[in-house]
Amino acid sequence: MGMAESKTTYCVALADEAATARLAARLAPLARPGDVIALEGDLGTGKTSFARAFVRALTHAAEEVPSPTFTLAQLYECDTGTIWHFDLYRLEKPDDALELGIEEAFADGISLIEWPERLGPWLPRQRLALRLSATADGGRRAELAAVGQQWRQRLKESFGE
Amino acid sequence: MIILGIETSCDETAAALVRDDRVILADVVLSQLDEHRPYGGVVPEIAARAHLDHIDRLVAEAFRRAGLELQAVDAVAATCGPGLIGGVIVGAMTGKAIAAVTGKPFIAVNHLEGHALTARLTHGLEFPYLLLLVSGGHCQLLEVRGVGDYARLGSTIDDAAGEAFDKVAKMLGLGYPGGPAVQKAAERGDAARFSLPRPLKGKPGCDFSFSGLKNAVRLLIQEQENLSAQDRCDVAAAFQLAVADSIAGRSAKALRAFAARHGGARSLVVAGGVAANSLLRQRLGRLAAEEGFTLVAPPLALCTDNAAMIAWAGLERFRLGQSDGLDFAPRPRWPLDPAAPRLPGAGVKA
Repeated sequence: MGMAESKTTYCVALADEAATARLAARLAPLARPGDVIALEGDLGTGKTSFARAFVRALTHAAEEVPSPTFTLAQLYECDTGTIWHFDLYRLEKPDDALELGIEEAFADGISLIEWPERLGPWLPRQRLALRLSATADGGRRAELAAVGQQWRQRLKESFGE
Repeated sequence: MIILGIETSCDETAAALVRDDRVILADVVLSQLDEHRPYGGVVPEIAARAHLDHIDRLVAEAFRRAGLELQAVDAVAATCGPGLIGGVIVGAMTGKAIAAVTGKPFIAVNHLEGHALTARLTHGLEFPYLLLLVSGGHCQLLEVRGVGDYARLGSTIDDAAGEAFDKVAKMLGLGYPGGPAVQKAAERGDAARFSLPRPLKGKPGCDFSFSGLKNAVRLLIQEQENLSAQDRCDVAAAFQLAVADSIAGRSAKALRAFAARHGGARSLVVAGGVAANSLLRQRLGRLAAEEGFTLVAPPLALCTDNAAMIAWAGLERFRLGQSDGLDFAPRPRWPLDPAAPRLPGAGVKA
């Protein structure tokens, strides 16, 4: 870890896709305007499934949440504000993200970002980093890390002992 | 009657002029995949700014190729959704500006309606017909009953088919775009060596799913130690077969539902970039024949994103006396069939 970054990490075992959805539903009410949730992980580890459940927890249970790989960004309105679901898989240069409205999203939206590393220097310092990885038994493992102060307390209250 | 069409809803910046006797007078597409692109420079990988850089020249080029003046058009049609909103705004504003300057009517076209009506431009097809749209961004089955009259029979609940091809190609290290890369590898592969799931097989309805298949491919690759070139080809072949089987299987249900509702001549139209896959075409051809349908496949250049289809969709609406105000607001999401039921557990596209 870089010296300037303060991080607190919690691990959650996810047996199946329903467990991923439950984790998303648990985190969604904690989100505030201006929040950034970076969804890290390889292809097929459940980033879009997580985002879908997160959006549904804040909108309604049958909200259509397509994979934004093609459109790069999909927006949803909820009581807390606008949810921006980004998929930067196709992004070639970090600067191209400016075309997608990231400044507006980071200012007062709730941003869910798949492939956040493509943002390079534009990735906000304050964020919740959620890394999904596949486990040998076919399940998933989620590592939640508060990067910066903003998420640390919230994670501690919800996931700390 | 001549209509100008403008398309900027995703990666393609395009302009076209189409006449009501189904003649395409000019059709100019600036694609990031076109190696022989006439203009060079920045290609619109990310919509808005790049579309803005090129759209004026493309419109001018369309008029030059058609040998027409701006005033020769009867109306101006532009894609106003669904799509990446920055890009859509560029095309919509360009269209509105030309309409305002020439004093001609403006028509706000739904991008999906462009795809849906293309077979009427290319083949003069009569309503109704069944459309399978399979591309990087969409995978859906639509009953096309008339202009503005569509029923969505099924759609992907997670990833689009083209997206699955791209991601599997990436996992196999086969390059981009994924469709042609997977097909090429699959030609040298043994599809029977690995067994992959057929998503939603046996489930009711006509929806599609490709996320689980993508994950199965990921696991399969993980199980192999040191993936050889032959392994890659075999995985590609197994994946391609699973996609073709799955799409054909889900389409079969739609064909039967369509046939039960409509008598007479029946057509299945396939559109979208994934329709270029030869195994899928073969499967769909066989399926159509078995079910008493004629398979209609517009040329690929008119199946992928283009402006001729937008001009044509605008023309079809204009012929019926329809046009839109210059205050029409672009729509990032704009389903063709707003009445389509939302399925719990599904993240249905568009």
